Amino acid sequence: MPAPTCASCHAARAALRRPRSGQALCGPCFCAAFEAEVLHTVVAGRLLPPGAVVAVGASGGKDSTVLAHVLRELAPRLDVALRLVAVDEGIGGYRDAALAAVRRQAALWELPLTVVAYEDLFGGWTMDAVACSTAGTGLGRSCCTFCGVLRRRALEEGARLVGATHIVTGEQPQKQINTKSKNNKKEKEERGAAGGCRARPESSGAAVRASGCAFLRGDWSRGRPAALQFTSQKEVVLYAHFRRLDYFSEECVYAPEAFRGHERDLLKRLEAGRPTAALDLVHSAERLALVPAVRPPRPGACSCCGALASRALCQAWALLEGLARGRPRLAIGEREHRGAGDAEGPRGLAQAKVKAAAAL
Amino acid sequence: MAAPLSVEVEFGGGAELLFDGIKKHQVTLPGQEEPWDIRNLLVWIKKNLLKERPELFIQGDSVRPGILVLINDADWELLGELDYQLQNQDNILFISTLHGG
Repeated sequence: MPAPTCASCHAARAALRRPRSGQALCGPCFCAAFEAEVLHTVVAGRLLPPGAVVAVGASGGKDSTVLAHVLRELAPRLDVALRLVAVDEGIGGYRDAALAAVRRQAALWELPLTVVAYEDLFGGWTMDAVACSTAGTGLGRSCCTFCGVLRRRALEEGARLVGATHIVTGEQPQKQINTKSKNNKKEKEERGAAGGCRARPESSGAAVRASGCAFLRGDWSRGRPAALQFTSQKEVVLYAHFRRLDYFSEECVYAPEAFRGHERDLLKRLEAGRPTAALDLVHSAERLALVPAVRPPRPGACSCCGALASRALCQAWALLEGLARGRPRLAIGEREHRGAGDAEGPRGLAQAKVKAAAAL
Repeated sequence: MAAPLSVEVEFGGGAELLFDGIKKHQVTLPGQEEPWDIRNLLVWIKKNLLKERPELFIQGDSVRPGILVLINDADWELLGELDYQLQNQDNILFISTLHGG
């Protein structure tokens, strides 16, 4: 059967049907609609005021490539300046190739690029080194747990270096759902079925002010969307295709170990039957209410780096302290969150007794 | 009865890694009893082009969820999906949406 005619220009043959509206559009009309929607999300959510200096998290992947391209198109209208910030986690055989893609993009778009390396920022720790250290825990590696937290800290540092007032990332509903669902599951297991909805302070996606810079992740508790909030993975890929964007699309070497793979598979199967599944889940999540008992405490400053933190150490330095002590799972899990770790808790004391007895 | 067909099969978004990293394949499909539609093309691809891990590309008689199919730059959803009848010189592009960000 021949494809229908574009519902917008009524001239060209339609190239796709949009998941939300079911509207059939040709390539150029779809790209225009996509850009208009991002513009609307940014303006209606007051995400990037005129005069803002925006650090765009750039990984070389499809989401950040599309985000940077669209923002570059919209920058004159929004009256904002863009700076690309890329993070080098130190993952051999993966990140180097991705950074090469970011460098090509920066040259093509004539945008300044700053690369922040974990090795420089976190006392020599690369993700490859973290992977070696957590490998022997017997509980399975937690590379993505570390990397997500450290990357956010690195992005904040990169934004500070370029004098940014705002940071944007190419975060999409599916990623938010994966993270939220995964965190909720882990928390339930650790606490043994909680009442109310628990959001961890560092992963709630709250807008964070670090050195005066607003970190614009989607924040469901405050109804503040990410720039690509209302798009889907399919539309991002199609936009990149029709705009002939060059991006890097290999899987991180540690990704197969991540728990989020299960959520992603489930979401893909849901979308096969209901194309708006991801967006509908975001809609529901935005309307979840937090019971007062589980709201995060008022934030202060990390005693190590000065970043915003709801405890003595920010999550990044709490994780690194665990690594330095040879106990990488310290700071992963609620019980061990309290300031000095569980050395002073019942488990820590019991372990100390065993050690002392063994030393005799 | 289907005549032999010459089509271009492309892979992107990381899907090419399952095909020796080669993105574009100029393919001649032999004449056969059954018509050449996407369903039969997938069977042919699995048998003749796919180098590793078929479960990452194919699920049942269709593509794995998360793989987009464009026929001559149009979403296969608009063209009948698996039932689309291939024409000579068609371009079929498979893009994975599953990697990275």
